[in-house]
Amino acid sequence: MKAFATLLERLAFAPQRSAKLRLLAQYFADVPDPERGLALAALTGDLKLRAVTPSLLRGLAGERVDPELFAISYDFVGDLAETIALIWPEPAMPPNDTDLPLPQLVAELQRTGKSGLPALIADRLDRLAPPERYAYLKLATGAMRVGVSARLARAALAEYGGLPLTEIEEIWHGLTPPYLDLFAWAEGGAKPQSAALAPFRPVMLSTATDLEALGALDPAEYAAEWKWDGIRVQAVSDQGKRRLYSRTGEDIGAAFPDLLARLNFDGVIDGELLVRRGDAVGSFADLQQRLNRKTVSKKLLDSHPAGLRAYDLLIWQGEDLRALPFDARRAALQSAIGGLGDPAIDLSPLLAFHDWDDLARLRAAPPDPVIEGVMLKRRDSPYLAGRMKGPWFKWKRDPLVIDAVLLYAQRGHGKRSGYYSDFTFGVWDGDELVPVGKAYFGFTDEELRDLDRFVRNNTVDRFGPVRAVSPTRVVEVAFEGLNRSSRHKSGIAMRFPRISRLRDDKPAAEADRIETLRALLPPEAP
Amino acid sequence: MARPTAPLIPRPEGLYCPSGGFFIDPTRPVDRALITHAHADHARAGHGAVLATRQTLDLMAIRYGEDFTASRQIAEGRMLIGDAQVSFHPAGHILGSAQIAVEAGGQRVTVSGDYARVANPSCAAWEPVPCDIFVTEATFGLPVFRHPPPAGEAQKLLASVAAFPERAHIVGAYSLGKAQRVIMLLREAGWDGPIYIHGALAAISAYHIAEGVALGDLRPATDDSLKKADFAGQIIIAPPSVFDTTWAQRFPDPVLAFASGWMSVRARARQRGVELPLVISDHVDWPDLTRTITELDPAETWVTHGREDAVIRWCALQGRQALPLHLAGYEDEASE
Repeated sequence: MKAFATLLERLAFAPQRSAKLRLLAQYFADVPDPERGLALAALTGDLKLRAVTPSLLRGLAGERVDPELFAISYDFVGDLAETIALIWPEPAMPPNDTDLPLPQLVAELQRTGKSGLPALIADRLDRLAPPERYAYLKLATGAMRVGVSARLARAALAEYGGLPLTEIEEIWHGLTPPYLDLFAWAEGGAKPQSAALAPFRPVMLSTATDLEALGALDPAEYAAEWKWDGIRVQAVSDQGKRRLYSRTGEDIGAAFPDLLARLNFDGVIDGELLVRRGDAVGSFADLQQRLNRKTVSKKLLDSHPAGLRAYDLLIWQGEDLRALPFDARRAALQSAIGGLGDPAIDLSPLLAFHDWDDLARLRAAPPDPVIEGVMLKRRDSPYLAGRMKGPWFKWKRDPLVIDAVLLYAQRGHGKRSGYYSDFTFGVWDGDELVPVGKAYFGFTDEELRDLDRFVRNNTVDRFGPVRAVSPTRVVEVAFEGLNRSSRHKSGIAMRFPRISRLRDDKPAAEADRIETLRALLPPEAP
Repeated sequence: MARPTAPLIPRPEGLYCPSGGFFIDPTRPVDRALITHAHADHARAGHGAVLATRQTLDLMAIRYGEDFTASRQIAEGRMLIGDAQVSFHPAGHILGSAQIAVEAGGQRVTVSGDYARVANPSCAAWEPVPCDIFVTEATFGLPVFRHPPPAGEAQKLLASVAAFPERAHIVGAYSLGKAQRVIMLLREAGWDGPIYIHGALAAISAYHIAEGVALGDLRPATDDSLKKADFAGQIIIAPPSVFDTTWAQRFPDPVLAFASGWMSVRARARQRGVELPLVISDHVDWPDLTRTITELDPAETWVTHGREDAVIRWCALQGRQALPLHLAGYEDEASE
């Protein structure tokens, strides 16, 4: 448990992805089975433990600590599990220095019934030191909050074993903690055979392009279609087992029972998950309402029904089509979708074009607001795992831009230590500047030095690590779209904002107004 | 609040002793000041006369210049000031730090200043001073503060240096006391290579070495003959304020560590933008604070800067007399 607690602490404070990967890979190297596999499962959310509730924890603390002292402490610390880990009184008989093994702690949490949990947890807290108590409580409550996604944890395993991440993702859903076979593979053993039905297949990804780069290519060799602004998914139905995967292999089916119910086929379809209302396609914000839910209400199913717009066919009725050229797969897809006869699972249409200028015109005026560009796919390309340059290109619509005023800046991490590199910017609302977004990339190193100097010389206030700057500096912010947001004061959330240009030619008074942004908002969901 | 007949009474300038006519750790210039230790919030320049340990006087001279006070006196043995008996006793906080014992009107008061009971090789160890009234700080006066053994924190730093050999490690540490404490912990953990220090630490560290604290090979972090890459795998000690300055830009992809008792609370560590929190404190934690009160068993406990409310509550639960002394001007943040 000590090693796991140390890992969680380092992960929680490591700002960079590369540092998190290194820490995880080091842990996998240092810690034996089955502990490392259970730790991996804890991070990927695959350790199915009975959830320990906050009220149970409060009850435990109440038995050991004066309520007033607990209240003062909780107020200062701000996190229940952390307060309990720190305040838990050391037992009169200090615990001997033997480490309680993570596998033992997990196993007993799994087999202990609800009525036995408080006594078990109290006993374990008595035996653990504070950092381990914190890790134990986070484990028991199932909320790690160390900034590690399931994908990052798997990527660390790939790095540790020198394995292709796509192959780990492909077999992941057939494996169970503590993943002994997976670690054996990472250490030179045989690749585990996944016997599970409806496994995930690694997704084919595209690289970005533009008109200039396309000039070197022959338009006749490429098929084009719209790039829909939903979530790329893989819909699998295998001998009655149905799953919906994100492009990184997360099983997101639980949030989309309506779509799962429609997968009346045996095969694997690659497509875009969208909210569909008859022929109309819902905005990305509509789709967001449906994401990350454990259960979904009847009301939401009615107001935000999910559909699938099909791009590609990987497997159909037992036949693996991935080695076939795109054109052949497309023909098979067309007949497969036609055979389903379900309007909620339809075909993403191909675009007719003669040359790149032709396609550029289509891209400039898409027929639906939920289109974010065009996709180009080489007609003779097989379906390959991963992102490689050449067979598939995405040609996204030009980003939206506004001119905004810098309002706040925060220090960066790692290579940007000592630089103010995280910027909050705002636009005019009446005669007031309201913050509308945050950006921490898009600028060159030289522009960063310039902005850093500006922040240092124009600080007007400080709030912890944040500096307020004099609202005089205008930057051009590029972004991919807007969502309505109740969490932001402006009511607007920007997608993918970045600082695309410094506008030193522009006085702050000429920066954009909030009305400009509001006009770009998608219509409100019914 | 303290009674008017008490041997010490709080005044806007600080704790005042009417029978001796002096203040202890006054936050504004006064005629006569007794100073527990040289941290800036306790030791200010501009008093008429200062009585303190030799090391505290030396450190004040280093920080403020030789003219920091009109006259000075080294504290030695039992001294009579007016009608008050005064003596200084080690506090275990930083080099030269002392508790001040005052006996007046038949009552003995111990003003602990800032104190720590964990062994600290950069200063003399705390000693118990029997008293009727114990004046304690409460910087970490919450039951959530239980500082881990500092040797483990030094190991944490060395493990990180081993895990990220291509990066520099900058340890933010207050330049008087904490910085030297961290250096000694690293030496005890077996790090005998050079340690690079910020200019703000230079004179103070040199004084520690002259006083017999074996800090080892210290080098200036701003040596122009060294390139950025030369700092890979090296440890740099600097005041935490450099995290926000261009100074940190000279080191390769630095891991920012921060040595402070506050680091045991995650929100505090995050607020500081720290990647490697090190829980190293030179104050008593909750178990040591409450243990000290139990052991000294004073008739009354007066609680100064920090989390007075929790300490007062604890005393009430123990059936002990306790009062908050609302003294303004002491920082619980900077000195850690």
